[in-house]
Order: sequence, then C-alpha cells, then structure tokens
Amino acid sequence: MSETPVTRAAAATPKRVARRIKGLSDRAIAWIFVAPTIFLLLAINIFPLIWTINLSFTNFKANRIGREVKNVGLRNYERILTDSDIWLNMQATAHFLFWTIFFQVLIGFTLAYLINKKFKGNDLWTTIIVLPMMLSPAVVGNFWKFLYQPQIGLFNYIVAFFTGKDPSSFEMLGSVQLAPWSIVIVDTWMWTPFVMLICLAGLRSIPDYIYEAAEVDRASKLRQFFTITIPMVLPFLMLAVLFRGIENFKMFDLVVQLTGGGPGSTTELTSINLKREAFEKWRTGYASAYAIILFVTVFGLASIYVKALNKVKER
Amino acid sequence: MSSFSVTEPSKRSKWFAGTMVVIYALVTMVPLAWIMLTGFKSPADAISYPPKVVFEPTLEGYVNLFTTRTRQTPEFLAANPPETWYDEIVREYDMVIAGPSKFGERFLNSVIIGFGSTFLSIFLGTLAAYAFSRFKIPLADDLLFFILSTRMMPPIAVAIPIFLMYRQLGLSDTHLGMILLYTGVNISLAVWLLKGFIDEIPLEYEEAALIDGYTRFQAFYKVVLPQAATGIASTAIFCLIFAWNEYAFAVLLTSGTAQTAPPFIPTIIGVGGLDWPAVAAGATIFLLPVMIFTILLRKHLLRGITFGAVRK
Repeated sequence: MSETPVTRAAAATPKRVARRIKGLSDRAIAWIFVAPTIFLLLAINIFPLIWTINLSFTNFKANRIGREVKNVGLRNYERILTDSDIWLNMQATAHFLFWTIFFQVLIGFTLAYLINKKFKGNDLWTTIIVLPMMLSPAVVGNFWKFLYQPQIGLFNYIVAFFTGKDPSSFEMLGSVQLAPWSIVIVDTWMWTPFVMLICLAGLRSIPDYIYEAAEVDRASKLRQFFTITIPMVLPFLMLAVLFRGIENFKMFDLVVQLTGGGPGSTTELTSINLKREAFEKWRTGYASAYAIILFVTVFGLASIYVKALNKVKER
Repeated sequence: MSSFSVTEPSKRSKWFAGTMVVIYALVTMVPLAWIMLTGFKSPADAISYPPKVVFEPTLEGYVNLFTTRTRQTPEFLAANPPETWYDEIVREYDMVIAGPSKFGERFLNSVIIGFGSTFLSIFLGTLAAYAFSRFKIPLADDLLFFILSTRMMPPIAVAIPIFLMYRQLGLSDTHLGMILLYTGVNISLAVWLLKGFIDEIPLEYEEAALIDGYTRFQAFYKVVLPQAATGIASTAIFCLIFAWNEYAFAVLLTSGTAQTAPPFIPTIIGVGGLDWPAVAAGATIFLLPVMIFTILLRKHLLRGITFGAVRK
C-alpha cells in the first residue's frame, strides 16, 4: 500500500490544475464515489454488528417474536465462557486449525520449492494443482462424502488397496477417531494450493544474485537453503498461515456438508455450534454473545499475528 | 542468462521436481475426475464394489438431475411410446418424465444473484477504489482496514442480525436481498483489489487529460477505466466466484424462490436414498464454470486470494 499516488494526486490537482477543471470539485467527487460503498457497509456490516452486540445482552429468541425481551447483562457471556461443551468445540476447532495448517504448509512449501525448479510445463501443472481451491466448499464437502462412503467409496477402496484392510471395516465420517482427520484431509486437499501459490511468489521474489554471492562464498546448498531461502520465504509463509487461520477458524460449509458436526460432536467446529445455537435452538441472544466472543478472538489473534509478521518483514 | 548459471537447477533435479509435481497434480485430480465420471454412470455402477473405472456411459444422471419422474403402469407405457431420447432413458425404469426438476431454477438463481452482486460490487467498488487511490480521504487507512476486517466475522455471526433485518424488511428469500448481501460481503475485496490496480496506473495520464480540459469525471471514465480494464475484469471474476460458491448465507436466508445451487445440490434425492449420479452431474455442471474462470484468471489468482497483499 504505497501512499505516493494519493499524496501526489492531492498535491498535483488542487493548485495548478484545479482552476482549469470544470465540473464538480474533487472533494465532492471523492465523497460521491465513496458514499454508496460506505452506506452499503454500514447497512450490511456495521448496523448488524451493533445489533448483534445489543442482542448479546438479552434473552431474545428469534422464533418467539411476541415474548418480552429482558436485559440479562453479561449472563450470556458468563454462561458461554464457563460451558465445558463449548471448550470441546474450541478443541475440535484447534485440532482442525493446527493440523490443516501443518499439512498445508509442509506440502504447499515442498510443492512450491519443486515448481520453482522451473521444469518444462510448470505453469500448466500449477494451474491444474490450483483448481480445487476455487471450488464451492459445500459442493466439495458433498462429493467427498461420496468418496468416503464405506464399502462403495473410492477413498476407502484406495486405502484398502494399499493396506490390505477390508474397505468396509472403517468409516471415515462415522467413527469418532477418524472423523476429525477426514475433515483435515479434505481441507488439505482443497487449500494446499493456496499455500503453494504464496510460497511460490516468495521463492520467485528472491533475486538470483543472492545465491550467486553465496556460491562465491562457497556456502553449501543446504546452508543456502536455511540462511537464504527459508528466511526470505518466511514472511510469505506467515501471510499464508494468517489467511488459512482466519478462514479455517470461520470454517462452516465444507465440514457441515461432510460430517454435519458428527459423529456426536467430534467435528462440531465453533461455527457449526454457533449455527445450532442460533438457527436450530433459536437462542438468539446467547448465540449473539457467542458470535461476539468468536469475532473478538479472531480479531485479537490476527492482530497479534500481524504484529509478529511485520517484525519478520522488517528484519 | 549465460549458458552456465549457479542458480539454474541441474537437469536431474528439474526432472525429479517435474515428476513429483506431476504425480501430485494427478493424485489431486482423482476426486474431481471421479465425480465427473460418476455423473455418467448408472446408479448401479455408481455404487458398485469394487469401484468401476470402465463402465457403459449413460446420461441418466443428467436426465434425473433436470427432471422429476413418476412410475407408470405397463399399459400406460405401452400406449405412449417414448418421444425423445431422454424419455427413453427413464423408460428403462418403467417411469415417465413428469416435469422439470428444481435444479434449473436454482442454477438460474445462482446466475442471477452471482452476476447481479458482481455487477453492483464492481460498479460501487471501482468508484470507491478510485476515490481512495486518488483523493485525500480522512481516515482512509482506517476505513480500508475496517472494510477488510469485516471479513473476519464468521458468516453465521453476520447471518443472525441479517436474518432479523431481512425478516423485517421483507427481503428474506428474495433475489434483491441476496444480491445486496453478497455485494456487502464482496465490496471489501473489490475495493481493496481495485485500489491496487488503480494505484498502478500512472498519474500522468490523468493529469494530461485534466490539462487538456477534461473534467475529473471525464478523466475517470475515458482515461482511468480503460487502463484498469484487466484489473476490473479479474476482480469481477473473483466476486463472481465468491457469490457462486457461497453456502452459509444461502442456506440460512433462502429456502425457495431465491435459493442458489450450493444448498440445493446435496438435497437431490433419488429413489431409495441419494441419487449419486444426479448429485455428481449437478456438481459437475456447477463446478465447471469456476474451473474455466480459474484457468482464465491464473495470472491474477494470487492477488485475488490474498486481497492484493501479494502481487506477482
């Protein structure tokens, strides 16, 4: 985000040129151009946010309109933070976040490193690899459910083929042990290309002369990798992790289609839990408090992380 | 580059890297290819064990996707011979086509809402991005950051008040409601990306136009817009893909008239449980446009998915 065009425009237009400009003043145009967007954001983002904050202090239920709405103060927040079930959902989310990011970084970086070897046709293969991440997560979740079917599913068949197990002996989506991993696998399949693309941009941003200088200094390839490649790619990698972290914290569509939060509540991520509270149990006030807690959590974690990221960039 | 360079990978390492990447690409395509194949299978082939790679292709899945069917008596079937090829397909199961299914409608909803919200996001986004790029706007940075941070809200959290608001305004389950909602969500991405593209257009062009007697507004649409065309096009595709893929709002705020395809596809039920070939056919038709757009977009992909944070 460079400031130059803005400041230059402001400096360049008003004095010398402004007198010769017909029509509306720059200031008027600026506001006419920005106003509709601001209005829309106020209507679709700010106003609802304020409403949610308000609701979070009440016992409002959206399916019972006539009922008297009472102000309950901080009781919703208190109940959420002391509820042990919600901590289980948080744990499920943490498991999902940690392992998806772990695998995506590992595989994504490796792929980017290999693609950066500039073999023939690398552009074509990169485009093919990227395809899964642009698809609709709900539809992807739906067709992976088909692949995960015990007995008839392709996934079970392939695993059985390589391990010699009976393909109907394990249920990826139905067992408490395997379900949390089944969602990790699909998310990794879908989003590894994202991490790969960003890492690739990082690798390509390293100028050749740094490696040439290292070669002159007779640094080994391994040493070059750890002292040049990794530190130079790190800010990119951290950015990828930030994006994946925020996205997967919000994760809803893919997992809802795959497991619906089950079996039991083993894959009930916070978003899915929130949906149950808000749109199945209709505890609107309670769910609003929950939503605010989630938002503050993501926002807080992201802000701390961005600070760390900026420190890495400055080095 | 000289014939010998220390940074040019050796032939052997190139070959190794190429092989590994191609293997990954092929493996990662298996689920997608499988779904597309399943769309052309008969229900029996789709759930056979071991999974069938070689099978007799049929358009049954596609016919089932687009139609509703009823079972008929042998006398009725004998009296009314099939008229079209799709009639013939369903006759094998002693059924006749009763009418179109809801898939066509849902798909059309996806198109209307997708294009409507994309058009609106781009229209408003371009204006705002131009203003942010070229004028001094008080608190511009805070405003931009704020616009971005609205994306951190889980969609379900946003959906609660929107649900209440739309219920009161009568916007629930309407095309207009969904278009406005998706525009509200997309506009942050649109403004952010477009600002990046407009920042890259040299100021000199506009200054020259202004000196030639153009008004600010003329300079904007005669000089800046044509220059930003590629950026606008790729931003539009990103907005379209988002609206196309969106599920959480769609499933919570629509149920009939304005329901889009993503919440609908998983609910396609055949005789005796899920009709997997029809589901696969629906998924194929729904995912193909996105794949084509992705290929068209590949140069700007990185910029779009990182909100313009990484530019190649």
